[in-house]
Amino acid sequence: MAEFILEIKHFNLFYGDFPALKDLSFSIKEHTVTALIGPSGCGKSTLLRSFNRMNDLIQGVRTEGEILFKGENIAQNGINLVALRQKIGMVFQRPNPFPLTVRDNITFGPRVMGEKKADILEAAVEKSLTRVGLWKVLKDSLEKNALSLSDEQQQRLCIARLLAVKPEIVLMDEPCSALDPIATLRIEELMLELKKRYTVVVVTHNMQQAARVSDETGLMYLGELIEFDNTKKIFTTPSQKITEDYVTGKFG
Amino acid sequence: MAATAIQRKEKLIERIFLLIAFSSIFSLFIIALFIFAEGLPLIWKVGLKDFLLSTRWAPTKGHFGIFAMIVSSFWVTIGALLFGGPLGLMCSFFLVEFASDRLRAFIKPALELLAGIPSVVYGFLGVVYLVPLVRDYLGGPGLSLLTASIILGIMILPTVISISVDALVAVPDSYREAAFSLGATRWQTTYMVTVHAARSGIITSLVLGMGRAVGETMAVIMIAGNALKIPLSPLDPLRTLTSNIALEMGYASGMHRQALFATGIVLFFFVMALNTIATVYARRKRIK
Ligand SMILES: Nc1ncnc2c1ncn2[C@@H]1O[C@H](COP(=O)(O)OP(=O)(O)O)[C@@H](O)[C@H]1O
Ligand SMILES: [Mg+2]
Repeated sequence: MAEFILEIKHFNLFYGDFPALKDLSFSIKEHTVTALIGPSGCGKSTLLRSFNRMNDLIQGVRTEGEILFKGENIAQNGINLVALRQKIGMVFQRPNPFPLTVRDNITFGPRVMGEKKADILEAAVEKSLTRVGLWKVLKDSLEKNALSLSDEQQQRLCIARLLAVKPEIVLMDEPCSALDPIATLRIEELMLELKKRYTVVVVTHNMQQAARVSDETGLMYLGELIEFDNTKKIFTTPSQKITEDYVTGKFG
Repeated sequence: MAATAIQRKEKLIERIFLLIAFSSIFSLFIIALFIFAEGLPLIWKVGLKDFLLSTRWAPTKGHFGIFAMIVSSFWVTIGALLFGGPLGLMCSFFLVEFASDRLRAFIKPALELLAGIPSVVYGFLGVVYLVPLVRDYLGGPGLSLLTASIILGIMILPTVISISVDALVAVPDSYREAAFSLGATRWQTTYMVTVHAARSGIITSLVLGMGRAVGETMAVIMIAGNALKIPLSPLDPLRTLTSNIALEMGYASGMHRQALFATGIVLFFFVMALNTIATVYARRKRIK
């Protein structure tokens, strides 16, 4: 029985008066890949951004309920957001490497945390790039501008940049939507590789992707969590009619 | 039939606008022509080397060396950049990255007002308040490179701020999001990412600020002391290229007058060089 790294308890989120997340309760196990699926606008990104409090950047956001990260409620006021975001990192829909060199992208996180020693930073570059399968390709072009890489390499670089801050949870918001099918498959392999060391939560509107990579799947619809269960069960014998309709492509 | 009448009118209006546009270019051309026609013969007579590199400026005795003024203009410009650059950049960082919308709505018009204050007012304030301060606490005559640099530094603020603010605003929010999501603070995000992304625009703002400082005349005449020598310390008085033209044009004639126009040629190249640098950086940004 793996322990829960994230426990969401009666969590609500409002953009002003608009309830974007309604009474969500579920738990995420350590070293798993959890997929969040659902039609566009149902609140997947909002939920993901609640895990590392990125919604705090938006004016007028209000939450109720709890999100426990290893037992600590991270949805409450007074949480150290900098420390939280170093533990729970995020990969975005569009690859967004900084317009800096490959090296400076990777060392950004460690430098933010105050690391100055060149040998430690170099080690972080090699380790992170190795984990995302970029070290062999890029080890001789660490001074290259990250924006000159291909989309897939940029997304891998963003993942590497995140791994360099040693997160425990990696949140991914439709990480493959800007990539071609082959690149998508390779990023999926990477997700499976990542779950050995990290916990991965991935938002996707690609049902096959959820089926291929995730251990558990949550289906969201209009701000509610319709069903959360083992991925195999969600895709073969869901208990809700909406889930069945969605995974069989009747709507979405 | 009616359509052709309208079309003909449209054509006419188009021509008129074209003419107006050309007349501004034409006047620029005329100005350049006059400066060069008046100034070049003197440079020819004195010799380019003697004109630019001699420090002896005694027009009534036939000595036309402007080196001291070139050096003075150079230092004043650098000085203005040293004061106005960091201040202006910090201001724009604050405005774009930290200030609330309400505060920004208050500060931006205030800055535009700063740009609208006539330079003689800056000079006057400098003479009345800053010059005595420098004289009493730091020594020297007070009318000095330091005083001029501070006042010019303030005068270039609107240029530096408005252009660098535009550059910072143009930086995509996805960079900031990425930085925040990696645990960076606002300030870390600003100096580690945003500034790099906006680098070409920021450099452009500084270069155009320098252009503004080189060309400023009135305030500099009032606060720089106008001594005809190379300043050896920030507390020494100096005379810039523009000051010299303004101070002497009233009574200059003959070769002396030509020499002032020749000084104008030098300024022309100064400003043109700065503008070229600024355009090159601005273009580099667009290519990216
Ligand atoms: N910044 C915002 N301000 C107001 N409403 C928002 C904001 N972001 C998202 N929403 C709304 O919240 C709902 C969920 O959005 P989102 O989480 O982006 O959905 P998804 O990622 O599932 O497509 C949508 O109805 C959307 O319009
Ligand atoms: Mg989304």
